[in-house]
Order: sequence, then C-alpha cells, then structure tokens
Amino acid sequence: MEVTSPQFKQKSRKALADEQLQRAMGKAKSGFIGKRKKAVEALPEFEALRSSARAIKDHTLAHLDLYLEAYERQVVASGGRVHWAETAEDARRAVLDICRSVGARTVTKGKSMITEEIALNDFLEKEGVRPVETDLGEYIIQLRGEHPSHIIGPALHLNKEQVEEDFRRVHTELPQARDLSQPESLLGEARQILRPQYFQADVGITGANFLIAETGTSIIVTNEGNGDLTQTLPRVHVVVASIEKVVPTLEDASQILRVLARSATGQDMSVYTTFSTGPRRPGDPDGPEEYHVVLLDNGRSSMLGTEFHEMLRCIRCGACMNHCPVYHAVGGHAYGWVYPGPMGAVLTPSLVGVERSGHLPNASTFCGRCESVCPMQIPLPRMMRHWREREFERGLNPATQRFGLGLWAFFARRPKLYRLATSLTIPALSGLGGRRGWFRSLPLAGGWTRHRDLPAPEARTFMQQWRDRDTRKQDGGAA
Amino acid sequence: MSGREAILGKLRNAVGGASDPARQEAVEKRLARPARGLIPARGQLEGEARVALFCQMAEAVTATVARVGKATDVPGAVTHYLRSRNLAPRVRMGADRRLKGMDWASQKSLEVTHGPATPQDEVGVSHAFAGVAETGTVALVSGKDNPTTVNFVPENHIIIVDAKDIAGDLESVISRLRRKYGRGEMPRVLNLVTGPSRSGDIEQTMLLGAHGPRALHLIVVDG
Repeated sequence: MEVTSPQFKQKSRKALADEQLQRAMGKAKSGFIGKRKKAVEALPEFEALRSSARAIKDHTLAHLDLYLEAYERQVVASGGRVHWAETAEDARRAVLDICRSVGARTVTKGKSMITEEIALNDFLEKEGVRPVETDLGEYIIQLRGEHPSHIIGPALHLNKEQVEEDFRRVHTELPQARDLSQPESLLGEARQILRPQYFQADVGITGANFLIAETGTSIIVTNEGNGDLTQTLPRVHVVVASIEKVVPTLEDASQILRVLARSATGQDMSVYTTFSTGPRRPGDPDGPEEYHVVLLDNGRSSMLGTEFHEMLRCIRCGACMNHCPVYHAVGGHAYGWVYPGPMGAVLTPSLVGVERSGHLPNASTFCGRCESVCPMQIPLPRMMRHWREREFERGLNPATQRFGLGLWAFFARRPKLYRLATSLTIPALSGLGGRRGWFRSLPLAGGWTRHRDLPAPEARTFMQQWRDRDTRKQDGGAA
Repeated sequence: MSGREAILGKLRNAVGGASDPARQEAVEKRLARPARGLIPARGQLEGEARVALFCQMAEAVTATVARVGKATDVPGAVTHYLRSRNLAPRVRMGADRRLKGMDWASQKSLEVTHGPATPQDEVGVSHAFAGVAETGTVALVSGKDNPTTVNFVPENHIIIVDAKDIAGDLESVISRLRRKYGRGEMPRVLNLVTGPSRSGDIEQTMLLGAHGPRALHLIVVDG
C-alpha cells in the first residue's frame, strides 16, 4: 500500500472538516473505552496477566530464531509448508505461486492486517486472481476501494447510510425497493451475498493472531465466523503471518488470549478462537487439502535489539488507538499507511522509514493513555520520542522548526543571556496579554493562534519567582 | 541466500548467536515443560459452582443453555429446542460415537443426516470435547467423525457438553488435549466457540449472526 504519511497535516485538516467522519468517530470513541473498562474491572487478575503476557513475548523475542525454527519443524511434521518472505514482494509472490499451482481464480480472505501491509489484493487482482474480503468491515471498504481505518474495525469511519449507498450501487441484482435502513438488514445482505463465495473459492487466505512453536499451530481470533468458513471450505488454506506472532506453547497463547479480547472489544473471549494445524487428515470429512504459512519479516528483524524492540510485543488489539485523542479527532486514514494511531506512529517509521513517515511521531499529545491501556505494556510515547530524535538528527523537520530550536538552544546554552532575554520579554508579553490572560493572535505564533488561544505568561519569570521564594525563606528563618 | 537463511541470520545477529547452548536449552526446556501461567480465581472453581459459572458465562454471551440429567435425554431436548424456535425437524451431525450412541429414532419426526454440512442445512449438532467455565467457551475438535463445517455453515448450532468435561480454565483443556493427542500434537482444528457469531462493524452496533451461526444452544448433560 502506498505510503501517504507525509501528508498527515493536510489529511488531518480534511478529516476535521469531514462531517460524516466526525459523526462516526464520535460513536467509536465512547464505545471502545467503556467496553474495555468494564471487562478489565470484572477481572481482578488483569494487571498481573498483562505482566505475564509481556514476559512471554519478551522471552520469545530473545529466542525468536530458535522458536521460528521449532515452529517450522512442527508445521512440516503436520503436513503443512512454510514459505519465508523477507519482503512484502516475496510474500506476494509466495501467495501468487500457491494460487497459480492450483489454478485459483477466486480467493476468499479472512480479516488480516498483514495482507494489507503487503498490499496483496491489488497484486492478486492484477495477476488475474479475484480476492473477496469476507469480514463485514473489510467487505464494505473493499467495495469502496478504501483501506481499513482501524485495525479491528476496518469500516469504523463510516456511517450506515454510506454502507447502504454502497450496497445499492454494487448489489444491483437485488430488488431496488428493499429496506436497508437498519444495520441488521445490511448485515443480512452481506451474509447472503458472501455465502456462495466461500463455496466457490479455490483458496482461502487468513492472517494469524498467534503461531505456536510447540505444535506448529496457527490461531485466528474472530467474531463473525468468516475466517473459519474461509479456511475450511476451499481446497487450500494460506496463512500469512509476520515472524513476531510466534509464542512458545499453547499455554502461552492462552495467557495472552486473556488480555487480547478484553483490550480490543471488551469481550472476555472473542466468539471464535480457532487453532489450525496442518491440512486435512486421512478420513477427515472436510477441511483444506493444502496448508501453507507465509512467514513475513518486512523489516521486523531490523527492530529486534533496537530501541523499538518492544514494539514487537504488539498483539494488534487496537486499544492504543481506541484511547488516543489524536486518533479520535482525525480517524485512521490520516495516518497514511496500514497501521494508524499510536502503534502506527511507531511502526510506520520502523517499517517504511522515518523519512517517509512525515509527522507521525509527532501525532501525539503525549498524554500516555496508549501505554497505560496497552496489554503488552509497550512504552509507545517513549518510542515516539525516539523517532522525533532521529527525525531531528537527520534534519527531516521543516527549516523554520529547526531554526526555532536552534535559536532556543543558543540561549539555553548561555544562562545569563537567557535570563536577561526572558526577564525582558516575559513581563512585556504578560502586559500585552492584559487582564484576559491570553492572546487571540500574536506575530510569529500564527500556527498556534489560528486554532486556539495562547496563554499569556505570568508577569515574572520562573527564575525570578524562585529567587523571591528563596529570599522569603531566608527572611522567615531569620525571624 | 534463501529468505529463510536471511531472516534467521538477521535474528541471530540481533539476539546474540544461535550457537549459545544456554539459549538452546532455555527453548527446549520451555517447549518440553509448558508453564501454566496465571489462572484467574474465576477459572479455579470446582463441582457444581464450576458448571453453574459455565452456564452463566455462556448465557452472558447470548448462548442459550439447557441442562439435562443424562445422555438419553438429549434427542428429546434437541426436538424441544427446534420446536421452540420454529425450526424444521432436520439436523446435520458428524458420526461422533457419543452422538451415534443416542436414540435419535425415539424422536418420530426428527430427520438426522450425517457428514459435512451443506448450504441447505439449517441446524448443526456437535459434541464438545470440553467446556471452559471461566469464559463460557466450548471446545470442539475436528476428526473423521467431527466435520468442522457443522460448526459454521448452518444458521443454528446445538452443542452437547458433558458436565464432567467442563474445565475451570483453558489450560486444563490444553492438558487434556496433550494427553489425548500426544506432546506437540494437535487435532487438525480446535474450535473454541464463545457465543453465536456476531459483528460490530456497522456503527459499533453488536449484531448476532454475521457469517457463522445466528444462534448457539448448549445442552449440558449432568449425568
């Protein structure tokens, strides 16, 4: 998928003025936060489980090479095949080769962010293989030619009237007069349209929430059941998963499952947690005849052992974006690549490069809510700061910003000069601010005051006030 | 160099070499003796309290639950459910030994078909491998007598769960699987089902019956 992250500012401005989007985001914000809170409060052990889940991933990442080898051995032992893909291109090729080998014309797809990351749909379509998204949200945005705006709610940015319009535009074989005013009728129609697709598809593609080294198992966690139909009915099941999805044992997956759904949707368990190990076995009445896993690196191995190492603990629950004031305001598309919100602000520069990620590390108020709700305790704000530092080191910020920071650094390194300058400007600004205490506009500060008021400083600088305080103390002590 | 070697090489460089025997040993130990981790108090109940929690949690996720005294009561309970939902008296099931052992012929009007589900099937019947009280979850395993399609294709799913197979936590079910299938082995598919299919993809409104069953009915057999 094309990276448009450098246009974050322009896209945000558009998003803030988009009434439909703002209406949809208003609903999203209240829902996710309340549901997670309720689920977490109902489980006294939740905090301890977070630490337990984190320890599992830390251990796995420290031995990632060995666990991937163990995983591969078990996949092969159960009759499956593993395809290692260093890059997105390698992964797309691997999937296409599998499709070609069985003469596939239609593939159904379960919801998968990894296949978004490698832009699989466009590629397959160009190569003459028709991909059909089956998750309701993914299906809707496929009809619209859009990308997901949220990692677990791909169509979060839409209202039901927009979905109705799309269904009427595309499902022309259905009667014009049908009632589609309710979400129930939209869901029913999608179910009816997609049902035969599962049976016609030659290949079913899913992602994976976990890979189990102990048994060579892949796990998908879903609510709709589309992932299961996708991987059960076609002749071939292809799992596309990134290397950091592996955990050592079934018990380890169970620990992390306890924090996954609660953090994501506020459910104790998602409806379907499905463990798949290899293809159909002798005597099995159904299931795929071939089972393939495409293991994707795409830049992750370069994060291991760096200051972004901890990001590899991410289990893609979406809690960070659900609690992010910036995400709430602008929605997911403004972030300009696959992963939005705080996790995207860290992951996008890691995977596509900080020079292509524009303002993402700055798309944060540093309120810290993302880190406080992250089930894997990932220090997201700290990592965004690391990216800001790198951005500055490489001279990627705009010239005016660099000039301003340089000017400030000049004074900051010369304390006497700094104090003199501030002791002159601060009282002047305070005086100009007047009794109101803020500015509606100020020369050179238009970037700020165009959208909000600038608070006027106190009449005296901090250093002056501190000196006064010391003097008062001494006076008091002497008395 | 193959993708495999390139990826593993980068990982080894980052984490400090593969030849380190201490790392090898740590991994082998962990895989040979899986740690159970933290089990919430809610998952550690015994006896009737455990079965009651299972039923309560399942109902909380909009499954319906009926409890019967013994296995011979199951066909009657299935007929009763179909009538109460105005469903045609036809069910699809696998050749599972426990289901086959039941006297389905006692239900005069009930038609039972075996094998994988087809788009025409309205009701699927499965026998659970286990239940998990902590979350009201049912565990189903695939095999020659248990088609996976029965769990997902029909609009209504009835699952029989023996009360003695209801565990407190998922970890206990995993231990049972390991005993049954052997270390490192799994059934081709293990389905953990917690309530009927749903979607919240349109305006965050949670709706039942997305692509899997619209209704999930559990029959818990006490005896």
